[in-house]
Amino acid sequence: MNTLQKRQWLAALLCLASLSACPTTPEDGPRKSPTLYYFTWSDYVSPELIAEFEKQAGVKVVVDTFGSNEELLAKLQAGATGYDVAVPSDFMVSIMARQGLLAELELEQIPNAKLLAERLQRLPFDPDNRYSIPYLWGTVGIGYDSNVISRQPDSWTVLWDPRYKGKISMLNDQREVFGVALRVMGQSLNSRDPAVIVQAKAKLLSQKPLVKTYTSENYDQLLISGEVALAHGWGGAVARAMAERPSIKYVVPKEGGTIWSDCLVVLKTSRNRELATRFINYLLDPTVAARTTNRLLFASSNRQAKALVDEQLRENPAVYPLDSTFDRLEWMADLGEAIRLYDRAWTELKMQ
Amino acid sequence: MLLWMGIFFILPLLVMLAVSFAGRGTYGGVEWTFSLTNYAQLFDPLYLRIYGRSLALALATTTLCLLLGYPLAYSIARAPVRWQGVWLLLVMIPFWTNFLVRTYAWMFILRTEGLMNQLLINLGVISQPIELLYSDWAILIGLVYGYVPFMVLPLYAAMERLDSSVVEAAWDLYATSWSVFWRVLLPLTKPGVVAGCILVFIPSLGAFITPDLLGGAKSMMVGNLIQHEYLVVRDWPLGSAISFSLMALVLLGVLAYFKTDGRLDRFEGGG
Repeated sequence: MNTLQKRQWLAALLCLASLSACPTTPEDGPRKSPTLYYFTWSDYVSPELIAEFEKQAGVKVVVDTFGSNEELLAKLQAGATGYDVAVPSDFMVSIMARQGLLAELELEQIPNAKLLAERLQRLPFDPDNRYSIPYLWGTVGIGYDSNVISRQPDSWTVLWDPRYKGKISMLNDQREVFGVALRVMGQSLNSRDPAVIVQAKAKLLSQKPLVKTYTSENYDQLLISGEVALAHGWGGAVARAMAERPSIKYVVPKEGGTIWSDCLVVLKTSRNRELATRFINYLLDPTVAARTTNRLLFASSNRQAKALVDEQLRENPAVYPLDSTFDRLEWMADLGEAIRLYDRAWTELKMQ
Repeated sequence: MLLWMGIFFILPLLVMLAVSFAGRGTYGGVEWTFSLTNYAQLFDPLYLRIYGRSLALALATTTLCLLLGYPLAYSIARAPVRWQGVWLLLVMIPFWTNFLVRTYAWMFILRTEGLMNQLLINLGVISQPIELLYSDWAILIGLVYGYVPFMVLPLYAAMERLDSSVVEAAWDLYATSWSVFWRVLLPLTKPGVVAGCILVFIPSLGAFITPDLLGGAKSMMVGNLIQHEYLVVRDWPLGSAISFSLMALVLLGVLAYFKTDGRLDRFEGGG
């Protein structure tokens, strides 16, 4: 056999080997080592922490990602089974629980759940942690460039200031964008009042000419490059921009806004609940949680983790919300059929 | 063949058709009650505006692709045979990169501090950067860029089959260059033009990534509306009804074309 043929044989063998080494269901694994299927947000895992769990527990972890709560729900409803652990946000936990998609947690197997920060205990969507445990959390606020906006903005109304025309980005998310207008009007961001929602739409329409783009993905890049000077966005993403451009600052305006928490849940269709529970407990371990925060720039729910987090992150209001802001933060609730009102108003906002 | 069509084409369509008559579950999914409300909703003036906008953008994209693609396909077909493969490869190479990544590249080109503005400033065309990104123009550029190969390939296929002696005969008979194009070249390459236009028109009508990323999500196209109904509002039946009607309309348009124009073509060809 000459070298060329040998190489071809090798390549063919490699292909075969790699084919058999990608288990699609837990049963297919070549060594029958148990596999955990983790369904989470894109860019929401730290690969070395996953690798450490794999080594420590002698299992394999397969990570799959989604881009929004709605996508997570749609995929599970469309029949995606086989996932063990998922990470829905607050209001989606209550929807998924009501839809019977979640397994009840065995809390005695998750000792780290006792270390929840006080603020994150007894949350309205799952007060007894029957189905979910808060994992990473934060606020929605304004990321701004202090070189352009000299006085620290203290109100959402800065997003209506004509001086910053074309320098503003808003999240491409109907609930969050309407939330801003509703809070400016002194209303709850969970309002179900049709008249109030119409008013909020008018308010947002008057803002639209100033908005450069509605985006939920790359506003940190826009802030860094200076394309926008004011970005409505999630704290962690603004913190990423801060690391690249120190003149970027973050504020939760005085009218208040959204507080959110992504939660760890075990899916009812999980075939390995014991392993799923162990994985959740691992992610909530103080050291693991602190390393997660250091990497992802979102605050951990573990009260002991905060002391282990890098100091400048601990004191960054974009990562760990300031104590003084708490009484003006609001959890987003599931609106049931009232979501239609927002949907209509949002489509009208886009088409005018 | 029949089995293949059945599994990958007809079955999903039937599921969509069934869902489009169903009722909406508050949390996504469907309730199996028969109703026509989803179809009645399609005529909402708000949605009609969205269709109009999508139609206009898709037509503009198709026209621009044709204007750009025709001369390109012609020069490729006229190039020495050994070069044709290279040129075609160059047309297709962008497909090896994910469409999303290529769209992000356009965002870097078009943004305020981007390449395009720098180029225009260095050339002295403008003195201040202009807003190129996040506009309908940016959407149009993105769509034309993305779909021009779909126009070039069928045009090339038609031109490559073209008997060049027919064109030479036209010249010999003292045709002007305009009438060579209009009375000889265009009629003979018409199948390519039609195929190219269909291949460009349909995907640009349903585009949703380009309007979001390059248009700044400041307005909607049909693609965005369908995505919104499925993933944000969780109204699968309405989403299905819109998708299904859109497809039926396109299909009817294509069928109508083949019924009328197709027959005329054969007649002319015979004469």
